[in-house]
Amino acid sequence: MTASVLQFDPIRLPPECDVLRGEVRAFIEEEIAAGTFDPMDKSEGDRFNRPFAKRVAAKGWIGMTWPKKYGGQERSFLERYVMTEEFRAVSAPTGSFFTADRQSGPTIMKYGQEEVKNEILPAIIAGDCTFCIGMSEPGSGSDLFGATTRATKTDGGYMINGTKIWTSGAHQADYMIGLFRTAPPTKENRREGLTQFVVNMKTPGIAINPVINMVGRHEFNEVVFEDAFVADKYVMGTPGQAWKQATSELAYERSGPERFLETFYILTELVRVLGAEPDLRGSEGVGRLVAQLHTLRRMSVSVNGMLAEGLEPTLQGSIVKNLGTLWEQALPARARDLAAFVDPDPTNMASFQRVLEFATTIAPKLTIQGGTTEILNGIIARGLGLR
Amino acid sequence: MSERDTIIVDTAARIFRDLCDPQTLNNAKDDSWKGPLWDALEESGLTLTWVSDEVGGAGAGLFDGFDVLRVAGSYAVPVPLSETLLAGWLLEKAGITCPAGPMTIAPQRAKDRIEIDANGRLSGTAKQIPYAGETAHIAIVAHKGDQAHVALVAAADCRIEAGRTIALDRQGAVDFTGVQPLRCEPVPISADDLQMMGAAARSTMIAGALETAMNISVQYAQERKAFGRNIGGFQAVQHNLSRLACEAAAATAASGSANEAIANGDGLGGDAMLLEIASAKIRCGEAAGQGAAIAHQAHGAIGFTQEHVLHRFTQRLWAWRDEFGSEAVWAVRLGNAMARNGADALWPLLASR
Repeated sequence: MTASVLQFDPIRLPPECDVLRGEVRAFIEEEIAAGTFDPMDKSEGDRFNRPFAKRVAAKGWIGMTWPKKYGGQERSFLERYVMTEEFRAVSAPTGSFFTADRQSGPTIMKYGQEEVKNEILPAIIAGDCTFCIGMSEPGSGSDLFGATTRATKTDGGYMINGTKIWTSGAHQADYMIGLFRTAPPTKENRREGLTQFVVNMKTPGIAINPVINMVGRHEFNEVVFEDAFVADKYVMGTPGQAWKQATSELAYERSGPERFLETFYILTELVRVLGAEPDLRGSEGVGRLVAQLHTLRRMSVSVNGMLAEGLEPTLQGSIVKNLGTLWEQALPARARDLAAFVDPDPTNMASFQRVLEFATTIAPKLTIQGGTTEILNGIIARGLGLR
Repeated sequence: MSERDTIIVDTAARIFRDLCDPQTLNNAKDDSWKGPLWDALEESGLTLTWVSDEVGGAGAGLFDGFDVLRVAGSYAVPVPLSETLLAGWLLEKAGITCPAGPMTIAPQRAKDRIEIDANGRLSGTAKQIPYAGETAHIAIVAHKGDQAHVALVAAADCRIEAGRTIALDRQGAVDFTGVQPLRCEPVPISADDLQMMGAAARSTMIAGALETAMNISVQYAQERKAFGRNIGGFQAVQHNLSRLACEAAAATAASGSANEAIANGDGLGGDAMLLEIASAKIRCGEAAGQGAAIAHQAHGAIGFTQEHVLHRFTQRLWAWRDEFGSEAVWAVRLGNAMARNGADALWPLLASR
C-alpha cells in the first residue's frame, strides 16, 4: 500500500538530453544577447512574448513530445524536461506557450476530437496558440467539483453561463480549457456532471475583466460567460465524466521543474553576494539549500522518468509539488536571513535586494496555484490509505 | 531497485523478518538473538556484499549492498552489518582477505586521524566508533606521511573506552596507539572516501527506517480511536502523516540518487559526487529529525514507551544522522564548495545530475 508512495527510482537523464541542453543554452545566450529578455528582471518569466515563442517553436521545442502527424517531434518526456528546466532556470519569457505545452495540448491529445486536434495542436506547436485554464469560480477554488458554471445543451453545441475567476492569462489567451457543469451532481457522487470543453476566447458572450494582483500586475482575470456558444466538437471526453479524466494529467502538472525553480535565482544571487569565502552561517545555509534543491530535482526527474516509462506516478507528483512549492516559497526568507551580515554596499547586493524583493512578494502564490498545500496533503493522505 | 535483481533484497528481508523482528527484539531480555541473526547473515553472504569474488565475498556489487542496507534500516537492525560491509569494501581496496565475523571501521569522524610509524605501529584515537567492543576486527584508514593505508586490526589489541549511542547500541572511542596491525597495505583512497561511503550507507538506512516509521504511524492512526473515530480520520493527523511521507520520500530519493552515483560512478572524488553524497546525508538527516518527530506525535504516549517498537526506529534515526557527519558538517562542506565554484557554476552542476 504505502510502499509505492516511496517509489522514486534514481533515473538519470539519457545522453541525448545533454545535446539538447547544449542547444537550449546556446539559444538562451543568443536571446539574452539580442535583448529579448533581461535575466535579472525576474518578472519576465510569466510574461507573454509571442516573437520569442515563435523562435522557440522554430527550434521544434513546443509540443516536442507530440506525434509527428500534428507537427510534433516525438521526442522523449525527459528531453522536454531539460528544455523546460533550462528556460525556467533563467526565467525565460515562456508565458505564451507554457500552459499549452504542459497540459492543454496533452489533454486535447487524449480527450479531444480529431477535428479539434488538427485545428489546435499544430497551432500550439507553431507558437501561435495560447491557453488558459478555467477551473476556479467565485464560489469554488480548491473545491473544484463545486463548480456551478453551466453548459446547457442546445442545437449543435452548448450555451455557457457563469463566471470563472483567477484565470491566469485569460486576457492574452486564444483558448481556454474550461470545466463546466452539464448536469447536476448525483446524490452518490458530487463529482459527476462536470465536462471539459475547449473554448475559443473570441466567442461572443465572453467578457474578461482584469483582477490586479497585490504587486500591481495584471495576471489573473474574471471571465464571465453569458450565453457563450461552444460547438459539440469542442467537448473533451465523455460528458459528465471530467473528474475521471483529470488524474493522469496531474502528474505532469505537479512534478515539473517549475514546481521548485520559481525562485531559484535567489539561491544563485545569494551565493554571489556571500562570495568565495562565506562565514560559517552562510556556508551551512547554502549547503542545506543546495542539498534540498538537488533532492527535489532528483525526485522530479524520477517522476518524469516514470511518466516516460508509461507509469502513472500521480501520488509522487503531488509529493514533488508539495515539497517543491514549500521550498521555493521559503527560499527568499532564508536567503534574506543568510545575507543579513553581508556588506550592504557592493554592487552584487543591489541586484540581490532587487530579486529578493520580487521573490518575497510572489512567494505567497506558490503554494496556492495548481493545488494548495492543504489539497496536496489530502491527496497524499488518501494515497496512504487514510481517506 | 525495480530493474535489478531482487533476490538479495528478498533474502535480507526474509532473514530480518525471521530473526530480527522489532517486537521480538524489543521483548527480549538479553542479546541471545544476536548470534543466530549474524550467522544467518554471514551464511547468506550478505555481510560481504561489498567484496568481490576474488577476495572471498559474495561479489554482489555496490548497488546490492545499498539495497540490503535499506532493508536493514527498515528493521532498525542493531548489529554491525553496515560496518562489516564498509570494512569489507575497505579491505578489498587493499587486497586484504576479510576475516569471519562482524567488523567495524575507523575513523568515522573527519577530524580523527590515525598514523603509522616507521615500525608499522599505529598511533591515534578515533571516537564514536560504532559497535566498538562488539567486533573482533576493525578495518581502518591510517596514514604513513601522505600515503593512505588500509589496516586490519584486532580489537583485542586496542584500548576501547566503551559507550552507547543515543539508541543504546554500543559505540566507543578506540585508542590505536602502539597497536601492530594484522595486515597493512597502501591504498589509492583516502579517509575521506570512507566518510563518503559511510555517509551514503547511513543515509540509506535512514530512508529505510523512515519507511517503517511511516508505515507503523499510518497503521496506528487507522486503528487508534479517539472522539469516536480513527484518529487517521482527522485532517490534522492526515496532514502530519502526509508530511512524514514527504520526508520519507525525500530521504528515499536523496539516498537512492547517491547510491546510484556511487554504484555507477568512477571513484568518490569531484564536485558531482560531493553534491550527491553530501545532499543525501543532509537531506536524510533533516528527514530523520522531522520524520521521527511526526511519528511520535502520531503515536501519542504509547510511542514514548519502551514497550512499543517506535523508539527502535526513531532513536536509530537520531543516531544515524550523527554518524559519518551530521547535516551541519556536510552542509558547511557543500556550501564552501559551492562558494568556491561561484554563483554561475551552481546551476550547471545541479543540472549535470
